[in-house]
Amino acid sequence: MAVTLTINGKRREFDASPDMPLLWLLRDVAQLPGTKFGCAAGLCGACSVLVDGARVFGCQTPAGDAVGKSITTIEGLTQQPLGKALIAAWNEVDVVQCGYCQPGQIVAAASLIKDNPKPDDAAIDAGMSGNICRCGTYPRIRAAIKRAAELHAGERA
Amino acid sequence: MTGATRRDVLIGSGVVTGALVVPVAMGAGRSRAATATGLAGNAWLGVNTDGHVTLALPKTEMGQGILTTITMIAAEELAVRPVDVIVTIPDGDAARFAPIDQGTGGSTSVRDVWQPLREAGAKARAALVAAAARQWGVPAGECDAQNGAVVHKPSGKVLPYAALVAAAAAAPLPTDAPVRPASAYRVIGRSQTRLDGDAKARGTAEYGIDVYLPGMKYASIAVSPVFGGKLAGIDEAAARAVSGVTGVIRGDDVVYIIADNTWAARQALAAAKPQWTTDAAHSGAQLSGIIDAVTAALDKPGFVAATSGDLDAARKDAAHRFSATYTQPFLAHATMEPANCVAHVHDGQCEIWTGTQIPSDARKVAAARLKLPLEKVVVHNRLMGGGFGRRLETDMVERCIDLARQVPFPVKLIWSREEDTTHDWYRPAYADRIDIALSADGKIQAWEHKIAGSSIMARLMGPAFKGVDDDAVEGAITPIYPAAARKVTFQQQESLVPTSWWRGVGPLRSAFVMESAVDEVAHMVGADPIEFRLSHIEDPRARHVLEIVRSLSNWSDKPAPGIGRGVAVIHLWDTYMAAVAEVSVDKDRQIAVRKVTVAVDCGQVINHSGVAAQIDSGVIFGTSGALYGEITIADGRVEQANFNDYRVLRINEAPLIETSIVENHEKPGGMGEPPNAVIFPALANAVFAATGKRIRALPLQKGLQSA
Repeated sequence: MAVTLTINGKRREFDASPDMPLLWLLRDVAQLPGTKFGCAAGLCGACSVLVDGARVFGCQTPAGDAVGKSITTIEGLTQQPLGKALIAAWNEVDVVQCGYCQPGQIVAAASLIKDNPKPDDAAIDAGMSGNICRCGTYPRIRAAIKRAAELHAGERA
Repeated sequence: MTGATRRDVLIGSGVVTGALVVPVAMGAGRSRAATATGLAGNAWLGVNTDGHVTLALPKTEMGQGILTTITMIAAEELAVRPVDVIVTIPDGDAARFAPIDQGTGGSTSVRDVWQPLREAGAKARAALVAAAARQWGVPAGECDAQNGAVVHKPSGKVLPYAALVAAAAAAPLPTDAPVRPASAYRVIGRSQTRLDGDAKARGTAEYGIDVYLPGMKYASIAVSPVFGGKLAGIDEAAARAVSGVTGVIRGDDVVYIIADNTWAARQALAAAKPQWTTDAAHSGAQLSGIIDAVTAALDKPGFVAATSGDLDAARKDAAHRFSATYTQPFLAHATMEPANCVAHVHDGQCEIWTGTQIPSDARKVAAARLKLPLEKVVVHNRLMGGGFGRRLETDMVERCIDLARQVPFPVKLIWSREEDTTHDWYRPAYADRIDIALSADGKIQAWEHKIAGSSIMARLMGPAFKGVDDDAVEGAITPIYPAAARKVTFQQQESLVPTSWWRGVGPLRSAFVMESAVDEVAHMVGADPIEFRLSHIEDPRARHVLEIVRSLSNWSDKPAPGIGRGVAVIHLWDTYMAAVAEVSVDKDRQIAVRKVTVAVDCGQVINHSGVAAQIDSGVIFGTSGALYGEITIADGRVEQANFNDYRVLRINEAPLIETSIVENHEKPGGMGEPPNAVIFPALANAVFAATGKRIRALPLQKGLQSA
């Protein structure tokens, strides 16, 4: 079975069932390991990717649902201005610990900033509560999202 | 870190021609895992021929930031920027790193490497300086290392390390080279952004689960959900009917599905509907029986861990007497990266790729299991998506090689979240009874502390175990509160639940009980909890951190109704830490943690940002555990499976955290575990302050609900 997807701007055909969740297609078939497996139940956000700019849980999204849409993974996001702002902010604030959840956090943050270019703490808490971090980087994630929003706004000004 | 460079330039005891390689003589490493050490080529710090400092990380990186911290220590002595050090994550190799244990736990990493690594770095620096001095014909004392080069201070002449390495390596290594004095630090004590942070954020850092090999297959695993159960049968036809499935492998208590991708392997496992057999002893086990047995073990005499003075005499004239029993549940680690391992067993050898806290032990275990000589087994260690003690066990490697030895190709075995949660090695459930007698003026006279629970050390030590688990009693035997008489005992009580290390383990258990009890006693005698502590504590460093949090937390301001502040102070892992937690409790008794104020004196800080990060980390990890953490057992199986029923903190539940770091040059203390230990009692004490209800059985939210 084959499924054709547009991932990070490139159209690619994969030998995979349309039922296969994006998480596993991206990791095992496309070999894009930045999208992480955490729970496979839509509970932790580690597998977050953007589909047509909106965050979805890769573990809950059959590949077939993304046909004809634009999939952006962490690997693609970091090539875009918003992704670059997020990485710069993440580094500046020194957010990362084990780091395993961070690509998913950054994808979720991108979706948040797209919807709300200047999120406050309440907006960040609401937008980011789908992503679990066991290392407790939440305080720095809050700071980094605000900083990324500033950097991104500065670029667009 | 040059992220692209995974090539280990100092592999084994081999030396890249012309490079300067420094044997790092480690002091006796303190590690929880009792492992034999040997002496062999242990070179893991060097300067390569192009002048770069090279470091094979002697400890493992699980998120605690040790890659950055250790690199900073090396960079300081060798006068380079941490970002210019070429850091590699080495294979498991006990001989190379001996006598240090690559095993990473017990908040030991900085304490283990601090002195020997600086001494080795100083020798390397002295060798480079001597080489330059010889070339210039000047006294070495007129030269110093700066920015990856040696400078002749009077003339300003400069020679980069690259021009000196060959000559330095050819000469005997200086035997006496003083380490940099604290007054000269340029790297240590400052904030260094994590060297591995950028790659992790971009998703390009490689964890064990991200390993890809040519011809590799993917596998899923199901182990008997009832502890001790055996595989009775599966619907193999249904499993094989799933597209992409290439193999079904049965074991005694396990079934594996091999497939072209993880999705197929997972689907096939569900389709296989494994059936299990079990005996009544296992399938009849309930949590209440296990906890009752642990609590009942407190009534046994126990094995004496520490004793001083005469308890009876000290109690004789006591004006106040306090006794209480505390219980703490089994806890899962719930690392974000579920258990996984890649292995390839072929042609009388075995290669393993995984993220482990004990790479050299994993290698030994694999060799023994496969009956291969040690040199035929290679463990390639990788970054870990969280450790917290989970990856101090080798079960991931053992399960994976049991599978891999049956197939010719490399195989990546990934546990589902549900398998990970139900087949963890859990933090033991403990029961403690503490009995404190006070004089009329509210001074502690007698202190008896009985501890019961599973002994991790007994499992690891075997017949050498003599009754007292030194980890379980850690902290309990070194209280910061003086008493005329004291006795601490330990009584082992096992159940069918496998137990192991969990960030803080015994000292955390001790901290929760001791700091809860001291708080209760303070309230009993009508004293302010901080004043009461200060009236007993003599150690000035402990007093100082307590005074800092009193001031920073606005302790003396009376909080609004429904809000309470609780304090705790510890001296554990060579670190002093105090915390004030501020919680609110609503009409439905839901606890929310508003703010946590932490003061730490961990001696010489290496990475300021790293210390602050560990405080955030421990406070949040510990808050998850203290409020919600509990693994329960019904009919011999773990009841929790995923983040829906094993609740952990989310960003909207994370408190504000204010941190104060004491600056001094005392010997560095550990930072991985103290914040996680101090927060448990601080929260329990805050819940009492907010509600008047004393929760002695964790987790707090459940305890408050039923209080």
